[in-house]
Amino acid sequence: MQLFSSSIGRKIVMAITGQCMVLFAIIHLLGNSTAFGWLTGGLNAYAHHLHSLPLPLLWGFRLGLLALACIHIWFGIQLTIENRACRTQQYAVKNMQKASFASETMIWTGALLLLFIIYHLLHFTFQVINPETGALINPDALGHPNVLAMVVAAFQNVGIALLYVGAMVVLFLHLSHGIQSSFQSMGWSNDRTQPCLIKGSTLGALFMFLGYAAVPLIILVRILK
Amino acid sequence: MSDHKTMTLTLIVWRQKNANDPGKFETYTAKGITEHHSFLEMLDVVNEDLILAGKDPIVFDHDCREGICGMCSQVVNGMAHGGQDRTTVCQLHMRKFKDGDTIYIEPWRARAFPIIRDLIVDRAALDTIVQAGAYVSCHTGGVPDGNAILIPKPVADESMDAAECIGCGACVAGCPNGAAMLFTGSKVSQFAVLPQGKPEAAARVKALEKAMTDCGFGNCTNHYECQAACPKGINVKFIARMNREFLKAQFS
Amino acid sequence: MILDGKCPTGPIQQTWDKHCFDLKLVNPANKRKYNIIVVGTGLAGGAAAASLGELGYNVQAFCYQDSPRRAHSIAAQGGINAAKNYPNDGDSIYRLFYDTIKGGDFRAREADVWRLAQVSNNIIDQCVAQGVPFARDYAGYLDNRSFGGAQVSRTFYARGQTGQQLLLGAYTALSRQIKLGTVKMYDRREMLDLVVVDGVARGITVRNLITGELESYAADAVCLATGGYVNVFYLSTNAMGCSVTANWKAHKKGAYFANPCYTQIHPTCIPQAGDYQSKLTLMSESLRNDGRCWVPKKKEDCGKHPNEVPEEDRDYYLERKYPSFGNLAPRDIASRAAKEQCDDGRGVGPGGRGVYLDFSTSIKRVGADTIKERYGNLFEMYEKITDEDGYKRPMRMYPAPHYSMGGLWVDYNLMSNIPGLFVLGEANFSVHGANRLGASALMQGLADGYFVIPNTIGGYLATVKPGAVNAEHPEFKKCEEDAKRSVETFLSINGKRTTSDFMRELGGLMWENCGMARTKESLETNLKKIPALREEFWKNVKVSGSGNELNQQLENAGRTADFLEFAELMCRDALHRNESCGGHFRTEYQDAGEAQRDDANFCYVGAWEFKGVDKQPELHKEPLKFENVHLAVRSYK
Repeated sequence: MQLFSSSIGRKIVMAITGQCMVLFAIIHLLGNSTAFGWLTGGLNAYAHHLHSLPLPLLWGFRLGLLALACIHIWFGIQLTIENRACRTQQYAVKNMQKASFASETMIWTGALLLLFIIYHLLHFTFQVINPETGALINPDALGHPNVLAMVVAAFQNVGIALLYVGAMVVLFLHLSHGIQSSFQSMGWSNDRTQPCLIKGSTLGALFMFLGYAAVPLIILVRILK
Repeated sequence: MSDHKTMTLTLIVWRQKNANDPGKFETYTAKGITEHHSFLEMLDVVNEDLILAGKDPIVFDHDCREGICGMCSQVVNGMAHGGQDRTTVCQLHMRKFKDGDTIYIEPWRARAFPIIRDLIVDRAALDTIVQAGAYVSCHTGGVPDGNAILIPKPVADESMDAAECIGCGACVAGCPNGAAMLFTGSKVSQFAVLPQGKPEAAARVKALEKAMTDCGFGNCTNHYECQAACPKGINVKFIARMNREFLKAQFS
Repeated sequence: MILDGKCPTGPIQQTWDKHCFDLKLVNPANKRKYNIIVVGTGLAGGAAAASLGELGYNVQAFCYQDSPRRAHSIAAQGGINAAKNYPNDGDSIYRLFYDTIKGGDFRAREADVWRLAQVSNNIIDQCVAQGVPFARDYAGYLDNRSFGGAQVSRTFYARGQTGQQLLLGAYTALSRQIKLGTVKMYDRREMLDLVVVDGVARGITVRNLITGELESYAADAVCLATGGYVNVFYLSTNAMGCSVTANWKAHKKGAYFANPCYTQIHPTCIPQAGDYQSKLTLMSESLRNDGRCWVPKKKEDCGKHPNEVPEEDRDYYLERKYPSFGNLAPRDIASRAAKEQCDDGRGVGPGGRGVYLDFSTSIKRVGADTIKERYGNLFEMYEKITDEDGYKRPMRMYPAPHYSMGGLWVDYNLMSNIPGLFVLGEANFSVHGANRLGASALMQGLADGYFVIPNTIGGYLATVKPGAVNAEHPEFKKCEEDAKRSVETFLSINGKRTTSDFMRELGGLMWENCGMARTKESLETNLKKIPALREEFWKNVKVSGSGNELNQQLENAGRTADFLEFAELMCRDALHRNESCGGHFRTEYQDAGEAQRDDANFCYVGAWEFKGVDKQPELHKEPLKFENVHLAVRSYK
């Protein structure tokens, strides 16, 4: 299959997997936003809904996401190694015209995001980091896992809150290039739409950053307790 | 006109005897340069002095010196063709520089373009890509009347936008990945938009993509440095079109 | 000796079709047994190599650039003529034929020009089929523009880079054949000799420009499509690598050189800025569709800013002298008119060598946006080079050497007097007479390559046994030895002047004494000075480095040495032709500034036979007969 072996094919796979993960990130953000109280029962109710999904569906979803991430990471590393080999000697003067800090650091922002996601899963999903505040062992009044309490406890710690906000800066960088890049790789771009895509991509990434960073920040400054 | 004002410049130039030589930078002084000198004429002046001093002149590719043949290929201060918008290095004039400037001059650097000598590289890979199928397989003679195939102006213009590529390789030189996506994309697009090119469009994009990879060019990471380097201002929309054509070709 | 062009007889409309039928054919199965060498990959060479390969011949193609796509045909801006008569403005094959004969000042062969006009239509179809993106209107039909020397719109174009688009068409066709294996491409090779065995062209000697190795290639026929020689003026619109070398070597091996004095000086080029300058840049003739040429009426206004010269003090000299063609007068006439104004002390810019090309009237009429759409890239190029804005102040223009109508003599089959040596495109002399009309060079190159040579070469090959001589023949070794010796000589001189220094001096002499206007005295001066310069060259040239590596000085030295010999022939031809016609203007022969032909004595092609470097060449004549167009004084008034 040319999609998995060719240069353009692998870029298209990068784009599709990336876009799927962005979609997941949007859903995740919607879930997070229940912390602001628009869903009766807030974050805990949302978590309960998720957990009451049939197990095969939940795990199917989780494994699917895992597969997407693995493909994205695998091809990302492979393409980067190949690209480095295509320019063995650099120019004496580095003088980029259009490339941005974000576009040049995709592999590193990607790697940082991977580390963050592992930390985040261990922290809030599997709750092996700081297990004493874990939601599963501290149910709320309805007997559901008290996710809100876990999150609040975590983000009242300045270090953890700043770690999450920092990770979201990295996410912003990765997405500000990644979103528009995925449109270009899929061929959904022309000279008229491209400037809008570039702006839209930055705005989208900014929106994600603000959305995600909002929860740790409002907890840190004790707006949400 | 300020014909009397002259400049003195310091040139730091890549010198490499042949493909196997590791190569190194050498420093030269260019004296008596006016703002009307073209960049290559400035190098001519330096070379005349080198020859008379019994030294090897700086070797560089050039031919038409009017920005169309695509032969000239120098990276000036880290920018392919010197960084002036839509200008080849042969059309770059010294009025863009100031007296006392230091200028770095290097060859195109990419794995697919091995250095032959000094500033001359081997760009045969671009020919290989074209040979893989960047054409309409028509015969000489036996073709319909030119007006038998109607091509509306916007379509003809789109094809022409892609066809303006002069094949200099600046897109590859500018790309941090040494990719030839803009070159290949412009070839794919020139023919893909025209009715004459449609019958072979799927086979063409697959063949060109494969040739591009086989020649040792890198992958696109959408930095768009290629468009900035292109002396004809070819738009990266043609890369998007190639991607689209490629995806389409997988299902045809 | 009286030369015979072997033109078919009978009604001219049928000559080419009848001739094609009369030519012998090579059976398709036998074609692959024949080897053909094509030198040069511009429009003529590229198209020929592709077409011959497709027919089934084994083709070996050579170019000095790094890719066949870079030949100087690429620089043609304006367009290509064809007698399609799409605009319904009265064009026809006959009119294109007539305009070309008249434009050439009645110094071209009727049958060749007819054939050119006839196949011009096929060229457009061919290029469209290849995917050349010609300009179109919104309904999808091909668009046309006007060019000098014609009163109909028959020029097809692709923005300001028609040459590149047509060349890419030929190059892609060639690439397809390379992929199919019918054509073997040798790039970065410079032809240094023609190998002639028993009077028949059998191959070439080339220098590999990367390794410096001398290589021999044998074939059953050799096609030279090696372009023109106006770099003999040093400063010209040609590419730096354009030279007379291939043609000159063939000439030294016996091929006649026809009409070398017919050189075209293009009226609209950007004036020279200084002594260091390496080339001149042309601005398309299409600019004269909307630009008006003028100089100040008063000498004292020449130093002023052009916009400060009031309308009544401007001399629109082309409109004044040639009211019916106005600014679209043919190139030779427009160039001479510009020189006349400058010689009169009314030139503008540095050294008084320039005239204005003014767009202000057109900008007022159609708006700056329309002008920008039509010529935007040319205005940009002008600004890059001169740092002046052509929209705000008139451009400065001056004539510059651009094209050579003369070239190796060929018969109707494009074969030179050496059997097996064919010459195509600008390298031959055949269709432009003494002056070429705009947008006709592209037409000729492609006509020769796509439609003429594929037919006529078969007629020759059918009469010869394939593979009669191979590269092991002693003559090939001898040619390699000769080439090696000249390389060694260049390297051993170790003098004090560089090759470009010599070329600058030669160019100066040629421009001054054998340029836009020539006199008996000026030509005789050159005939004394050129041999002296040549002698100095062989004693005092400096070429460093070695022969077995990439050595651009060595390349230039070879080209300069050939120009130094060729220049003499050019002056000799100009001196012998005691008349003025087209691009050849002898000051003695004029009628109030207009060229005065002498049909009684000079209505012939002058083809020169080489007799030795310092020996007088022998003149052979091919009389020109005009049976379909009446010889008349060319008037554009």
